[in-house]
Amino acid sequence: MEWFAGIGRSTMGMAAGLGRAAYLLFGSLVARPQPLKNFPLTIRQIYVVGVQSLLIIIVSGAFIGMVLALQAYTVLVDYGAEQSLGPMVALSLLRELGPVVTALLFAGRAGSALTAEIGLMKATEQLSSLEMMAVDPLRRVIAPRLWAGIISMPLLALIFSTVGILGGHAVGVDWLGVDSGSYWSVMQAAVDFNDDVMNGVIKSVVFAFVVTWIAVFKGYDAVPTSEGIGQATTQTVVYSSLAVLGLDFVLTALMFGTH
Amino acid sequence: MEDLVSIHNMTFSRGERKIYEDISLRIPKGKTTAIMGPSGIGKTTLLRLIGGQLRPDEGDIRFKGESIPGMTRKRLFEVRREMSMLFQSGALFTEMTVFDNVAFPIREHTTLSEELIRILVLMKLQAVGLRGAAQMMPSELSGGMARRAALARAIALDPELIMYDEPFAGQDPISMGVVVKLIKELNDALNLTSIVVSHDVGEVLSIADYVYVLADKRVVGEGTPEQIKEHESELVQQFLQGKADGPVRFHYPSRSMQEQLLEAN
Repeated sequence: MEWFAGIGRSTMGMAAGLGRAAYLLFGSLVARPQPLKNFPLTIRQIYVVGVQSLLIIIVSGAFIGMVLALQAYTVLVDYGAEQSLGPMVALSLLRELGPVVTALLFAGRAGSALTAEIGLMKATEQLSSLEMMAVDPLRRVIAPRLWAGIISMPLLALIFSTVGILGGHAVGVDWLGVDSGSYWSVMQAAVDFNDDVMNGVIKSVVFAFVVTWIAVFKGYDAVPTSEGIGQATTQTVVYSSLAVLGLDFVLTALMFGTH
Repeated sequence: MEDLVSIHNMTFSRGERKIYEDISLRIPKGKTTAIMGPSGIGKTTLLRLIGGQLRPDEGDIRFKGESIPGMTRKRLFEVRREMSMLFQSGALFTEMTVFDNVAFPIREHTTLSEELIRILVLMKLQAVGLRGAAQMMPSELSGGMARRAALARAIALDPELIMYDEPFAGQDPISMGVVVKLIKELNDALNLTSIVVSHDVGEVLSIADYVYVLADKRVVGEGTPEQIKEHESELVQQFLQGKADGPVRFHYPSRSMQEQLLEAN
């Protein structure tokens, strides 16, 4: 009986949490949007969550591309198919690794920082004082951060893929001796703009939305103590990583599953 | 005397725990009203109720005769421009300078030119003695200075009502004296109505026009500072004189000690 009550309690808790998260989303993005007033704030946040994540994205992208090329080459060369290295690297990055790894890195680098920042603003009564100054914290604090995440992450994912393809070129062509012309031309023939590039961008937009939403909600909903903020930050990284991986499967099945 | 804020038969509970049961208070216009009581009694909660951040379960809270819990969100935001609150921590925005913190509500709610805002902000900072600290970041301020900067921000839009949440807590005697002086002077000079929530008996009695003592979910004593000092309630006297034992027991409720010790063997 006790465990049954426990299931009920946690289900109710989850439903209430989802409700609060939906309310936050509605209040910050849908109800009374003020794009003009929030524009400078959003630009500032794009700098914080986007531009400051560039280094980790570029370095990771380069290494992932290099590893991909190295692994693929050892398999392909046995069949004399090393010309396929270009599309192999490009498709893996554009369809899967670019959006997914960027989202995971973004959750760890920017998502956790967003949660901690908003949680701390709550703990130090900054959010309450905004409200008492008749300024809606959802519009002033949450909305610019949400937009910044949604705008930044797809761009970061594209940069990640681009750097990865260049990294693959460095290893495959410059080191292992695949022909540069075939690396590029076979890739060009195999990669479709709508099917591959745009689908990757769509994935990335979905991940951006989910990760940033989780991050700002966890901060806004955090228990305003040092322990609560620590917990919320961990939850942001765990929940958004799981959400990204789960959603990636669903999106991949929808986009590429019917071929 | 006209009331700026009045609370009528209000009941409020947080989860299962009742915080207030059927209490009524009146905050007269232009006066300093103090609300005292032991910590954990929900004094800050009362300010949040008046500010409309929380809603009472029953009863009504009126600001200039208009019911706060009954307001739409839009109306509530309009009304909040006429009130302001000094939070215990100051709650300055950490990523802005003191100047920008004070300018924040003005920029947010008016369309004044930057030149005019600069003059206004410097005047507010002058009033709290921090004009020289305008370009400092909140992290560089001492606790007392942060509270004064927050006070400058709270009066930036010339509110009618200002609510002080534990303004004396954790202050050294000098900054305590500064805050007492500021509350008194601002109240007289700007013709404000002030609500001071605190448990620092001496300071509160020196500035308040009227005092409410809260304990055990209700008002246990009220009156002018003189009346409160002579109040016949034992609870009020225990609180004012800081006695360790009285109606509020020294021991947290428990079983008899004998029983508990014997059980261990």
